[in-house]
Amino acid sequence: MIDTNLLQLICFYGFAAVTVGAALAVISLKNSVHAVLSLVLAFFSTACIWLLAEAEFLAIALIVVYVGAVMVLFLFVVMMLDIKMEQVREGFIRYLPVGIIVALVMLAEMLALIGVRAMHAHVMGANPATVAGLSNTAWLGEALYSQYLLPFEVAALILTVGVVVAVALTLRHRGDKKHESASEQVRVNPRDRIRVVKMAPSRPDEPTSSEEPLQ
Amino acid sequence: MGEQLLNELVLPVVYILCIAVPLILAVAMFVYWERKVIGWMHVRMGPNKVGPWGLLQAFADVVKLLIKEVILPSSANRFLYYLAPLLALVPAFAAWAVVPFDDRMVLANVNAGLLYLLAMTSLGVYGIILAGWASNSRYALLGAMRSAAQVISYELAMGLSLVCVLVLAGSLNLTDIVHAQAGGKGLFDWFWLPLLPVFIVYFISGVAETNRAPFDVAEGESEIVAGFHVEYSGSAFAIFFLAEYANMILVSFLASIFFLGGWLSPLQGWIHADAPNWVNWIWTGSIIWLLIKAFLMSFLFLWFRATFPRYRYDQIMRLGWKVFIPITIVWVLVAGCMKYFGLVLAGTGA
Amino acid sequence: MPNLNDIMIMLPEFYLVAAACLLLLLDAWMKPEQRNILHWVSILVLVVGIYLVVAGQPQVTVTAFGGMFVRDATAEILKVFILLCTALIFVFSRPYMQDRKLFQGEFYTLMIFATIGAMLLVSAGNLVMVYLGLELMTLCSYGLVALNRDSQLSSEAAIKYFVLGALSSGMLLYGMSMVYGATGTLALVQLHGAVAQAGMSNLMVFGLIFMIVGISFKLGVAPFHMWIPDVYQGAPTSVTIFVGSTSKLAAFGMAYRLLESGMGGMAHQWQMMLAVLAVVSLAIGNLVAIVQTNLKRLLAYSTISHMGYLLLGLVNAGPEGYASAMFYAISYALMSTAAFGVILALARAGFECEEIDDFKGLNQRSPWMAFLMMLAMFSLAGVPPMFGFFAKLLVLQAAIHAGMMWLALVGAVFAIIGLYYYLRVVKVMYFDKPAEGLEIRPQADGFLRTMLSLNALVLLALGLYWGPLLGWCRAAFAG
Repeated sequence: MIDTNLLQLICFYGFAAVTVGAALAVISLKNSVHAVLSLVLAFFSTACIWLLAEAEFLAIALIVVYVGAVMVLFLFVVMMLDIKMEQVREGFIRYLPVGIIVALVMLAEMLALIGVRAMHAHVMGANPATVAGLSNTAWLGEALYSQYLLPFEVAALILTVGVVVAVALTLRHRGDKKHESASEQVRVNPRDRIRVVKMAPSRPDEPTSSEEPLQ
Repeated sequence: MGEQLLNELVLPVVYILCIAVPLILAVAMFVYWERKVIGWMHVRMGPNKVGPWGLLQAFADVVKLLIKEVILPSSANRFLYYLAPLLALVPAFAAWAVVPFDDRMVLANVNAGLLYLLAMTSLGVYGIILAGWASNSRYALLGAMRSAAQVISYELAMGLSLVCVLVLAGSLNLTDIVHAQAGGKGLFDWFWLPLLPVFIVYFISGVAETNRAPFDVAEGESEIVAGFHVEYSGSAFAIFFLAEYANMILVSFLASIFFLGGWLSPLQGWIHADAPNWVNWIWTGSIIWLLIKAFLMSFLFLWFRATFPRYRYDQIMRLGWKVFIPITIVWVLVAGCMKYFGLVLAGTGA
Repeated sequence: MPNLNDIMIMLPEFYLVAAACLLLLLDAWMKPEQRNILHWVSILVLVVGIYLVVAGQPQVTVTAFGGMFVRDATAEILKVFILLCTALIFVFSRPYMQDRKLFQGEFYTLMIFATIGAMLLVSAGNLVMVYLGLELMTLCSYGLVALNRDSQLSSEAAIKYFVLGALSSGMLLYGMSMVYGATGTLALVQLHGAVAQAGMSNLMVFGLIFMIVGISFKLGVAPFHMWIPDVYQGAPTSVTIFVGSTSKLAAFGMAYRLLESGMGGMAHQWQMMLAVLAVVSLAIGNLVAIVQTNLKRLLAYSTISHMGYLLLGLVNAGPEGYASAMFYAISYALMSTAAFGVILALARAGFECEEIDDFKGLNQRSPWMAFLMMLAMFSLAGVPPMFGFFAKLLVLQAAIHAGMMWLALVGAVFAIIGLYYYLRVVKVMYFDKPAEGLEIRPQADGFLRTMLSLNALVLLALGLYWGPLLGWCRAAFAG
């Protein structure tokens, strides 16, 4: 018999290894399109880790939003770019030591986190969704629309501001733009564009018999 | 141990094959049907040489494609070039895992099924963009770019219309969504009635998501030859083809499940008779109804293709962003009110 | 569940959100030549906002939405000045924006949204709210800095601001997540309790460090000040003034919420960190400012040093310290609106009036503007009896009472060094010959001139009569 806990642990380490590997590939691959794809992989395996932690909604939302939309646009942009790899790599090598130090510090902190978690294992408590007897998504919805209503609405406000800023920075009213109004096109009346003219039937002139066919 | 192995390993594989093999056959027949229907609409015969009434035409095509050489364009990205068709195919098939064919006939009855579907359908676009980029061809890249922008735009409208369904059904589980459409008023209990605008938006977005006419700018034979798969030949092309048609059938099934009551009978609640099982399904519902509905919906794809001229790229964007998304957002509100004031009760009758 | 009472507590914020959305619609349907209406309506909106804040003032601290939002005396005072500063900015910047073809509805809408963000930030009762309020405010600021999109300087400033701002938000979030990991709560009140009860662990200290880094970025404290000079110089001056006044008040509010409301139990940990940051800021701000030739850049470095002084107040970590720091934040906000207001009033189409040389002989051309600028400079330098002098005195006193005599001495020494570059501006205005061919006339907008004069004169008035304001500040932290 396979112990489910052990299986979960193995899965976790598997996905975690893929995530870390993909994240490393993002910053070390030469080809920027490959790097973006590694990032997609990193997102994907993160989503799998969240699935293991019983956060289904977040996991799938990560895939729908980040993998399905954000990264596609990212890929879109990267494909358009013509990046000179030599310059980028130069910077990479130069800042590598700093990066490694930062990474080591982060690692140390993470280890500290694990240490603390081991000491105060009770802090996080049981999965609140399970306690409430709801599915993960339903519980999240309840929490978002009651306890966290205000932050949720503020987040909506932030998105609105994002739209306003994007429009303010990109919309240009140019005079020389070729533009056609779709609603005008739809509303067009055939009678304004085409006129059907009734004409009396007429016959081309009969060739006169005097004309001789050319030889 | 042996029994466990059977249950955990062999049975799922058998089930998966039970879905995948008929699906592939359905794609083959659907291609034949498409050519036939469009032929009739054009007052032509359509394929009629291979087999009786041309029925084996699709299989002849498959054989032709499989024995052709797969050409790798010069300085194409070999890895991504071969990976792209698979990335297009896998989500198109993986999505079927949560599709309920009947009350109990579903591979994975997961709670977040609707989200899973959204995730899978949004992944298909990777195959297209990567194919366009990896081919190292201008036309292919243009097609990929168009497709990426289009799919993302219409995904929003699609997702929002599914939110309406979710609001009325109160569940993300597809089986529960179908159950929520059960009732005593026959086909008037289904969600197409309260969600009529959204139903139309959903289906049109589905057509756009699958890059089908009149939204097939990603292929655009007349401008960019064949768009993202212009460089593909042989079996690699066949895989794209398979993915596209599998997606079309999927959208037809999903539209039937979300808005047309899935396997429920349009006569539900109207006839109460105790008949033998082989007649009973007519009013209690069964997979046959789902297949009929899906067939009718997929027929619309062909009808569209034979009827409408291709949209221009900016018109597509306008339709998606300025028409469909506002409609769906308004209807989310309307659906919420309908639910709140009890105008639509999920799963009343049955 | 939220009810009507929650909404009444948050009435000023709700009202402003509604007003901002309406302004957005109004702008969409208005002809460009009618924009002036938008200008006056926006000012009116903010004034009504001040009224709502003051009129709805609760007797005791109240919370809304389950503790997400806190309305206490500290938040009230900060909000009044946040709204006041934004209203002043609107008044000062109209001619400037019109001259530069930037007189758009988005300027007003984004500014009001940023103000809402600042108000939510100073009222935050939860780490999530701190983060979201901050993001709302800074996201608007990024857009506003880039508003002059045809200017390369402006775009560069926006990119720097955005990248560093995103980084600092990341740091802040990282710190928050660690604190959450250690205590299991996001609410500041519970966090305070958890810190007091469980004491601190390594993890909490790490979290604290990251939070302080985030706060320092937002305040513009050295060594996290890299964005300040470029943003101050590159942004349109009417946006610089916002970054320099309203957002500093909000950043003080954030520091108070995070450090005192949340991590108050670890005061002796962060006191020392803040003291070090304060010294570095004082040194970098004051020393680098000396060599600046661009007035906006000079004021940017002066901001860095002023934030150092603000930290001196926070270092005290007691009611007296917070009161003096808030007093300092308010004084700095008003001084910075006055100083940048003069720059705005003197700028014309195609001429920014931001080099110190542009101010040569200003006294001969526009004695009143020169006088107002002198008041602002004296106040920034901390010359008695100006407002800035008493603010400095109070924070130094707070540092001494915290037992950090050395820190107060450092502050005093750098105040004297700082005198040099502020007085240089005054000297240039009064004793230098005006440059040839440069015509400087202040904008003709009468209301602008009146408000600017009032703003600068208030610096003098509050310097002479600072009792009530200090009383409010002290009362806010007394309870």
